[in-house]
Amino acid sequence: MNSNSLVSIDDISRDEILDLLERARVFEQNPNHKILDGKVVATLFFEPSTRTRLSFETAVNRLGGRVIGFSDANTSSSAKGETLKDTIKMVSNYVDLIVMRHYLEGAARYATEVTDVPIINAGDGANQHPSQTMLDLYSIYKTQGTLENLTITMVGDLKYGRTVHSLLMAMRHFNPTFQFVACEELKMPKEYKVFCDQNGIRYTEHHDFSPEVINASDILYMTRVQRERFSDLMEYEKVKNLYTLHNSMLADSKPNLRVLHPLPRVNEIDVDVDDNPKAYYFEQARNGLYARQAIICKALGIDIYKELEKYPSK
Amino acid sequence: MTQVKKELAVAALRNGTVIDHIPSNVLFKAVQILGIEKMTNHVTIGNNLHSERMGTKGIIKVADVEFPEDVINRIALIAPGAQINIIRDFEVVEKRAVELPQEIVGIVRCGNPKCITNHQPMKTRFEVVDRDDVTIRCHYCCQAVKSGEANII
Repeated sequence: MNSNSLVSIDDISRDEILDLLERARVFEQNPNHKILDGKVVATLFFEPSTRTRLSFETAVNRLGGRVIGFSDANTSSSAKGETLKDTIKMVSNYVDLIVMRHYLEGAARYATEVTDVPIINAGDGANQHPSQTMLDLYSIYKTQGTLENLTITMVGDLKYGRTVHSLLMAMRHFNPTFQFVACEELKMPKEYKVFCDQNGIRYTEHHDFSPEVINASDILYMTRVQRERFSDLMEYEKVKNLYTLHNSMLADSKPNLRVLHPLPRVNEIDVDVDDNPKAYYFEQARNGLYARQAIICKALGIDIYKELEKYPSK
Repeated sequence: MTQVKKELAVAALRNGTVIDHIPSNVLFKAVQILGIEKMTNHVTIGNNLHSERMGTKGIIKVADVEFPEDVINRIALIAPGAQINIIRDFEVVEKRAVELPQEIVGIVRCGNPKCITNHQPMKTRFEVVDRDDVTIRCHYCCQAVKSGEANII
């Protein structure tokens, strides 16, 4: 077990979050350094996720480290029936850090228990995806200049959306106000509303994606409404277009409003929003690189400020 | 006198452990959790016995065994009101309530079909998150369950 592992956003404190954001900012100024020179990082993707894997691998490569791994469990030894424990122990012999994604929930937590190499969870089923949350936090921090006292509106699939749940929990440190916009079938689960109550977080729930809701927001966090989430397809047909954002809907929004989306998007943000300066989802994805560089260095116990003195950027 | 009669209604025990006040509907789960099925000692199991407090109750008497505390406390998961009596030479030398441990290892199966514990050769681990209604949460996938509805391995 390595205490530098990052399995859940709940594992890190408010100060650690803020520290990671500061470090992400350093990498944004210049993402190319040699501070991982001589380090080998494994990216073990038991489930394909091209976006996340490329982001992590780019993060390592730009810091001068090397990457080994696989992008699909079918090409790895787990296809032959090897246990997760054995795969992790084997790979631990070769690398300084393991970034893993798995289709089963709790896989990353279990992995931390069978190795001394630090583990970064790059998503375990519907459970946790802390680097996504860090990039969301960084995007909010960067566009608003703060994480404190913001009104964040979450729209779409609030029931199954892993990213909205993790973001909600991470924001508990920063006195947010939430507006939850969803249809009945996909509304925010009770446990998260209880979590808000316990943490003194204000929230309101809405069925209508109305101008009042949009115009009160600092952040619009859009998510994809997936057809397969519905037990009743009639219901899906009814609601599928109710939570689509069009450019005209942003006309009277706050000047500091930014639209976020974890991507991939389907039709919940109309393409006519893309050219609005308030659309931030593509930059948001780029922030993933800096957030992950910060997370990787923390997991490796690297003091980046000291290292940057040693290896001035090129 | 009536007290003596009640105690003797099930069977006297010279040495061993009596687990009393088990809800009738979980008696056999308690038997399973304690591994009593595999024991060769004298075991007396009573169920649907009259109880002032509970209506009906179950009771387990195991001769010549004093369970380690961490083992006996496992049944707090399904019978938080159960009572342990240690008997030596027909005398109750210790009487105490079971106490729910903070962590429950290898007893409960996680109800989440996508939980790693249901796919790998590993022990399950649950943490108690609410002692009042005995809610436990999987250490791995974080799914919570009320212990009364938990699936015992």
